[in-house]
Amino acid sequence: MKKQHYYVPVAAAVLTAALLLSGCNSGDKTANTYNSSGAEAGTTTEAAANEGNAAAANDSEFTAAVEQYRAYVIQECDAFVTETEKFVNAVNGGDIETAKSLYAPSRMHYERIEPIAEALGDLDPNIDARDGDVEASEWRGFHRLEKALWEDKTTEGQQEFADRLLSDAKLLRAKVETVEIDASLLVTGAVELLNEVSTSKVTGEEERYSRTDLYDFAANLEGAKKIYELLQPNLAEKDENLDKQIADRFTALEAELAPFKEGEGYVSYDKLQDSDVRNLSQNLDALAEPLSQMGKLLGV
Amino acid sequence: MEDLNTADSLLNKRLSRREMLKIAGVGGIGLLLGGGGAYGALAVKETLAKNSAPSKGDASGSRVGFYGEHQAGIITPAQHFLSFASFDLTTSSLADVRQLFQSWTEAAAAMTSGDLIGNSNNNLNLPPSDTGETAGLSPSKLTITFGVGPSFFDNRFGLAGKRPTTFGELPKFRGDALQTEWCGGDIGVQVCADDLQVAFHAVRNLARIARGTAVLRWMQDGFQRTGPADPSNGTPRNLMGFKDGTGNPDIADAQAMKEIVWAGSGDGAAWMKGGSYLVARRIRMRIEIWDRSTLDDQERTFGRHRDTGAPLGMRDEFAPLDLNAKNTAGEPALPMNSHSRLAHMDGATKILRRAYSYTGGMDAKTGQLDAGLFFISYQRDIQKQFIPMQQILAASDKLNEYIVHVGSAAFACFPGTRPGGYIGETLF
Ligand code: HEM
Repeated sequence: MKKQHYYVPVAAAVLTAALLLSGCNSGDKTANTYNSSGAEAGTTTEAAANEGNAAAANDSEFTAAVEQYRAYVIQECDAFVTETEKFVNAVNGGDIETAKSLYAPSRMHYERIEPIAEALGDLDPNIDARDGDVEASEWRGFHRLEKALWEDKTTEGQQEFADRLLSDAKLLRAKVETVEIDASLLVTGAVELLNEVSTSKVTGEEERYSRTDLYDFAANLEGAKKIYELLQPNLAEKDENLDKQIADRFTALEAELAPFKEGEGYVSYDKLQDSDVRNLSQNLDALAEPLSQMGKLLGV
Repeated sequence: MEDLNTADSLLNKRLSRREMLKIAGVGGIGLLLGGGGAYGALAVKETLAKNSAPSKGDASGSRVGFYGEHQAGIITPAQHFLSFASFDLTTSSLADVRQLFQSWTEAAAAMTSGDLIGNSNNNLNLPPSDTGETAGLSPSKLTITFGVGPSFFDNRFGLAGKRPTTFGELPKFRGDALQTEWCGGDIGVQVCADDLQVAFHAVRNLARIARGTAVLRWMQDGFQRTGPADPSNGTPRNLMGFKDGTGNPDIADAQAMKEIVWAGSGDGAAWMKGGSYLVARRIRMRIEIWDRSTLDDQERTFGRHRDTGAPLGMRDEFAPLDLNAKNTAGEPALPMNSHSRLAHMDGATKILRRAYSYTGGMDAKTGQLDAGLFFISYQRDIQKQFIPMQQILAASDKLNEYIVHVGSAAFACFPGTRPGGYIGETLF
């Protein structure tokens, strides 16, 4: 969940712009990425429309990556709905312990594809807002239930929020079908995922009550890595050194995170020493810096 | 040397954006596009010469040349602001370190000339290679001075054998209350400029370039009064209200600098020839206590008059310290435990101080001011110069009632380099 960025989400604005533009172009359901119809990207209309925004990626090169990413997003979304349903059932059944155990793992599916959700309007705050991120009267979603489970230690009165969470999850699943993905969304999305980690997860501000921030950390990282892997063949061709640097730094950050694995999940954020946090944070910045250079793929 | 540095860089520098515009205005864009030949180069040089003096931007007056026998920022007259950064290396590969210093050198040469770093500052698809907050600003006498700490010579890079014999961790001094978060570092970078934004920009961009190779360990900003606040350019006052720097050796005296500041090939290591050893101490002042001590007490603490900066009993700030002088009561005019007297030692042991005031705002625990002196000194040999001096001060200085040393670091600052070379090349 992006901290206080609902009103001026800069990156999201760029994403949305791409979304709108491409939305106009795809009258045809099968052509769901505007890059798939190679001719369009080169037309003057498109170029003019894009002025002031990041240059449109040149199309066909990235068709495979974009399609694979779409498949990934849909797969994660499917899993997200299934797992959220189990979580919601546990809440509605008053089974606090089961609900707690399902909370963080189900969220991971969401965290892996967060930039996509953020590009889809209100869905992100509805699913992922923390107390204080939105008007109190509008606060719902995961963190509302997190507070009930860990802080208030009850599921009483939570049915409304649990049910809405599930319907929001399903709505997300429905909407991702229509989301337009292009290479520049991939590039910004990968960095965006790490920025998420940097602003709230590594600082332990995402999961105030459950202290499960490291699950989100890992999921954001996996989501970024997925994007990198899809673009990697293009990157290796364009800038071998940059590719190697990014690969090495993913490895380094994963190695820093590994000691905090516990069973299927991760230790509580409270177990981290100050020096662990600093170390994770610095390794994260070390990765995000070259990752932000992936825009080279899109040409000048 | 500074002049040489400046001339050097005028001939070799890349064009800044402002110069591009100026030249474009004078000679037309064609000159820029077709300017590969001798005529082009010459015309550019002439245009630069004609235009450089009166411009507020990159007038040579606001630029300190980066290249030269010695690094700039050591005997350069102290600029108004400091941004000091200590880094730890996260790599264990010497090749990475070499690459880091090459990239840093390139960036430092650009920044000290007032140019933007790198060549992708206009690509909409990429984060700009320079963070941009100095665009259009003059270099503001920016200097960037690099050194390595004792920890650099452990077993990580196979350079243990290159550690200068005279260079190691500083010993513990009496009264030290050092906090690890303000101590040490594999690499030290002293950034000074007449503008704090320019100085901060340099540290920020160096840290950015280092990502994945080195991380910031600690960072401290410092300040002195600015030029406009003191047009007479007198000795700056520290936060205790006293002129600080009066007894410093003369930076214009090349012979003195050779004796006090510049390492020769016999000073610890051959690769340090032309370099200098830096000591940094973050010294917190007990401001509240100082403020309630009498003027007499304050003056006896330093052995100098607050108003004029003159030694007690004298009128002239620059009157030599007379250790034998007596006051009317027949006591030593310079109290035996006064700071100037003790630091003067036998008159033969000297260092070059380049200190800045600092503040960390308020101490949240006590509500008191967190402020003091970020002491920096340069010397040929820390063991022969700084250490004995600080041992004497730590043992007896009256000033100790009002200060506490909370941070400490030492760095071996490399000799300078020439265009095409890089800082640190004599070691790596
Ligand atoms: C907060 C700490 C300190 C303050 C406020 C301070 C302040 C001063 C002042 C006001 C003077 C007299 C003016 C001048 O000659 O510059 C002075 C002189 C001097 N100080 Fe310090 N100083 C501090 C720490 C140190 C340290 C740590 C050293 C070195 C170990 C040092 C070495 C000297 C020397 C060498 C002189 C000149 C003595 C001479 O005239 O030969 N000071 N200091």
